[in-house]
Amino acid sequence: MSGNTLLSVEDVTVDLPTPRGNLRAVDRVNLTVGAGQTLGIVGESGCGKTMLSRAILQLLPKKAKLSGRVMFDGQDLFQLPAERLRRLRGRSLAVVFQDPMTSLNPVLTIGTQLIETLQEHLELDDATASRRSVELLTAVGIPAPEQRLGQYPHQLSGGMRQRVAIAIALSCEPKLLIADEPTTALDVTIQAQILDLLAREQRRRHMAMIIITHDLGVVAGRTDDVAVMYAGRVVERAPTPALFKKMRMPYTEALLAALPKLDAAPHTPLPAISGRPPDPTRPLQGCSFSPRCRYAAARCKNEKPALTEAESREHQYACFYPIEVHAEAGA
Amino acid sequence: MLLFVARRLLYLIPVLIAVSLLTFFIASLLPGDLAYVILGDQATPENVAALRRDMGLDQPIWIRYFGWLGNILQGDFGRSFRTGQTVLQAVTERLPVSFELMILAEVMGLVIGVPLAIVCAARSGGAFDRFMTGSAFAMLSVPAFLSAILLIYLFAVELRWLPATGYVPLAEDPVANLRFMVLPALTLALAEWPGIMRVLRSDMIATLQEDYIALAKAKGLKASRILFVHALKPSSLTLITITGINIGRLIGGAVIVETIFALPGIGRLLVGAIYTRDLIILQGVVLLVAAGFVIMNFIVDLLYAVLDPRIRHGHA
Repeated sequence: MSGNTLLSVEDVTVDLPTPRGNLRAVDRVNLTVGAGQTLGIVGESGCGKTMLSRAILQLLPKKAKLSGRVMFDGQDLFQLPAERLRRLRGRSLAVVFQDPMTSLNPVLTIGTQLIETLQEHLELDDATASRRSVELLTAVGIPAPEQRLGQYPHQLSGGMRQRVAIAIALSCEPKLLIADEPTTALDVTIQAQILDLLAREQRRRHMAMIIITHDLGVVAGRTDDVAVMYAGRVVERAPTPALFKKMRMPYTEALLAALPKLDAAPHTPLPAISGRPPDPTRPLQGCSFSPRCRYAAARCKNEKPALTEAESREHQYACFYPIEVHAEAGA
Repeated sequence: MLLFVARRLLYLIPVLIAVSLLTFFIASLLPGDLAYVILGDQATPENVAALRRDMGLDQPIWIRYFGWLGNILQGDFGRSFRTGQTVLQAVTERLPVSFELMILAEVMGLVIGVPLAIVCAARSGGAFDRFMTGSAFAMLSVPAFLSAILLIYLFAVELRWLPATGYVPLAEDPVANLRFMVLPALTLALAEWPGIMRVLRSDMIATLQEDYIALAKAKGLKASRILFVHALKPSSLTLITITGINIGRLIGGAVIVETIFALPGIGRLLVGAIYTRDLIILQGVVLLVAAGFVIMNFIVDLLYAVLDPRIRHGHA
């Protein structure tokens, strides 16, 4: 994977000034995505995963302060002149947002929104561009694509709109697609369809993908690597099979335990993670998960564990007392 | 779309009836008996009574209202007892002046306000934005008579580029007509653009926060396309509303500006009618102006539908 790294996020930090003080949304995050690979970023609401994706896309609010480096395809996105960044966005770096109800422009037709992207980056005449649009809509499973071109977003269902958003993202054959909670706003029955569609198009186009989600179930089986984020930091990172075989960070374990299980007895209470994430404007001295962690010891309150390669070079976690150790201590 | 227009047109009927009721009864509430006004203070009670009978003033007010409404539906708005001119004659004579003034003023206001709003919204919080927002606020508080006098002083007295007062019909001499119209229209536009700019600017700023604008950026579109195609149209609804209200208001004439620049428009017709207690003219003109206002709002409703497909298709 290291041979052909497409995206590398190096020590990226995002600070947002708020009336209550500085909010560190993303705290020295390091990640890499190889060409054609899939990375899942998992964490609960407010953990910084969306801010991280916006930082990669350079779509942060104006007030946000950014440090670190994002290398994409050999270029530092943070240093890139605006015009070169514009040519890159939509062309080789595409995104699908969470809510298809708000991410499509309500006053422009589906056709306009697709064709403008194609024509902005590829030299296509109108006829070719609309033919390509029909092909794209067909590829994402939209029935009667010719008719859709003249329709407005409100005439389509949520699932259909997300398919349109995916068609727009795929339109210029990007090298990397960032899908920011692409199924959160959709019905459960549609979720799997959309995820399968993304996986299929990814394989067909050999593009890399980052799937951002709060649902560990979404990344299982669909990603090559997983990064678990908590309070702005990556707290565990591993190849997906390794992570699910042996998760080390108590937070990852708690996230997995919080998933409803089909085989659970009826009316079993869902083991939610107690407490709330720490106030990001008041950083903790110790491990930010320690107030909610059932394994936390004195050291966790005073000292912040770094993300270390304790397990193997590929499996890293930030915890003083990873799960296996507890098991031994308890035995 | 046709159904939408038809439904909107149906809504107009009760509104226009309400307008006619209000116009008639408010005019009737004005102090002074019309018969006394016509006959003067030397009139004998017998003469007054006779005239009241002739004019139907002794009838109950609702009978007079239906009589008036019936005449209007036949195209007869009444006749001034002073000049003998019919209401329709008086209005058609003066409407072109007010109408031209209104169009020029709105166009100037939009030409100044819209680009400024877009530039300010694109760089909101910047030095230019803060300066323009402040200037707009200052301009809002300058009354029309003051800016009119300043403009006359600058362009008519000092620079001698334009005439201070007077009017030539457009059909007679378009160039001279425009020369007379520029200063009054500019006076009105100076009062219009701050509202236009502030409304569009704040709507644009809100629109630029939308997810679909973030997506437009993520698609790598040019900044100009994002501003003019993706952001301007969904931000224009309030702008259309206030422009419609401005136009509707100016159909009734701009009393102060028409007076200062000696333009024979609707505004001066109305003020004259009030001074001379010419109730027939007053009622008729107010009704016509109100109808114009209502129809203007109808056009605004249609424009909403043109701008926003969700309204066109009957969604929220």
